[in-house]
Amino acid sequence: MTTPIIEISEMHKWFDDFHVLKDINLKIDKGEKIVICGPSGSGKSTLVRCLNNLEKYQSGKIIVNGHLLGKRGQNVELIRKEVGMVFQNFNLFPHKNILDNLTLAPIWVRNMPKKEAEERAMEYLSLVKIDDQTYKFPAQLSGGQQQRVAIARALCMQPKIMLFDEPTSALDPEMVKEVLDVMEDLAAKGMTMLVVSHEMGFAKQIADKVLFMDEGRILESAVPELFFKCPKHARTKEFLAQVLH
Amino acid sequence: MGAGQVKSIKISKNPELLALPYLKRYHVWLKKNLFATPIDTLMSITIIFILWKMTSFLWDWLLTSAVWVGTAENCRQAQGACIAFLLEKAPFILFGFYPQESIWRPLLLFCFFILLIAFSKKRERWNLNLGIFWCAFLALFFIFMDGSFIGLKRVGIEKWGGLPLTLMLAVLGIGFSYPLGIALALGRKSKLPVLKGLSIIYIESIRGVPLISLLFMSSVMMPLFLPEGVTLHKLLRAQLAIIFFSSAYMAEVVRGGLEAIPQGQWEAARALGLNKMRILQLVVLPQALRVVIAPTVNTFIGLFKDTSLVIIIALFDLMYTAKASLKDPEWLGFSVEAYMFVALIYFVFCFSMSKYSRRLEREMSKG
Repeated sequence: MTTPIIEISEMHKWFDDFHVLKDINLKIDKGEKIVICGPSGSGKSTLVRCLNNLEKYQSGKIIVNGHLLGKRGQNVELIRKEVGMVFQNFNLFPHKNILDNLTLAPIWVRNMPKKEAEERAMEYLSLVKIDDQTYKFPAQLSGGQQQRVAIARALCMQPKIMLFDEPTSALDPEMVKEVLDVMEDLAAKGMTMLVVSHEMGFAKQIADKVLFMDEGRILESAVPELFFKCPKHARTKEFLAQVLH
Repeated sequence: MGAGQVKSIKISKNPELLALPYLKRYHVWLKKNLFATPIDTLMSITIIFILWKMTSFLWDWLLTSAVWVGTAENCRQAQGACIAFLLEKAPFILFGFYPQESIWRPLLLFCFFILLIAFSKKRERWNLNLGIFWCAFLALFFIFMDGSFIGLKRVGIEKWGGLPLTLMLAVLGIGFSYPLGIALALGRKSKLPVLKGLSIIYIESIRGVPLISLLFMSSVMMPLFLPEGVTLHKLLRAQLAIIFFSSAYMAEVVRGGLEAIPQGQWEAARALGLNKMRILQLVVLPQALRVVIAPTVNTFIGLFKDTSLVIIIALFDLMYTAKASLKDPEWLGFSVEAYMFVALIYFVFCFSMSKYSRRLEREMSKG
């Protein structure tokens, strides 16, 4: 029995009076790929953002890679070094070129020499197949390319866990695939991944487990075959009927 | 104007016009741009007429009827501008009561200043060394203007005046109020209540009073607050007043920039493990300051012209010397020339700043 890389127990979160996350219990093993789906406002993004302390939680416990993430953000530096995140709106740094976007954190957080950081950046850029755009600025790239750069930027910190917060929701349909392909590559390499997404095809293909969230609770958690074929919960059935047409 | 017909106004860039025979190009261009409709024609003719009147008047006043060499009497008899007066008074207007035989010092410093500005224009050269150059220049300015440290004849600060004084007030004002304004803006956005409160009180109380009252306070009240034995010359106290005043405005400009940066930038940088200082330094401030180049330079231009208010606490800046030059009994009555002259100097500096800011914006919008 290995210890899980992420362990959330009895976690609750409030935004002022609003109870966003209710009694969250979740264990994720190293190398596991979890896809979280659910209607908007169900708290799935908030859950993912709690894991690297972009949001604070009020009760319960979050342990990431053996470090207890404090309710006031204790250990957050340790945890953020191990957890990469990809956002819906890419959030690349528009004033820096692609290479500088990738080398920024390794240089300033990991104190890596510039040359080494650039070599590593080039490796990851070729992994996401944008090594021909090194000196362009984010605004000169398409949405799909920007999101792939954002993935490479997170990978440059060599994280043990990758969080994806609706990575394809802001993309034009024809660009979704290029991003999902990169994510599939990453999954195949054994990365631990937590993905908030409505891409059910992607979930079927790579997920070890699919979670369904509604009104701040994890209602259902199952391997994809079971999840899609015979969902237990009525709310899940309803949701799946809407997204799988 | 024929709506949507004319895209390029420059003949040299319009292939359609370039295809026409030489004279015909201008004919077509004029017809399209100035005489397309009866109203266009009417407006064009009116404006051309006004422009013609103005330029012919200026031409006559400044060149044909102007007196370049001669006495005040010659000037009074002539219709045009009295350039002779300006030539006579230029050293005084430009350098105030600085001793005639030492004027080479501010002149030399001025040349250095222009060279340094020209050197600093390129963005690639903005680094620590350039900052050190500027500090060295400022030290050099004080050493040379005073002179006593390097064995030249001492010229006390009370004798400094004219353009060097105006430029000193402006350059030090800009140089110090910019970082101070950034610090205040960050203070105002801070989560620490004391820091935030103090920043807000500072910004709002300074913005709530006119610069003139601050200058008065600096000249009358500030000495009372200085520790015993410390005296600060009026000029330096006015300099402080200008810095304090401008930094409050700068703070609000920078705050606007900070607020324009999307939350996602902070989040992405935090998720990468950067701490708050590094996020500000590497991600947020570079973008925020870039967004507000135009209002920043606007504040600087305001500051440059506001230095002329030190006249009310009897400092001999450019405006004061121009005014004082009118009091010479031999040369009475040439105020138009004197004020036009200083206006021109102010304009050259302010317009250069404005042009440079547009260039910076253009360059920086690329990345």
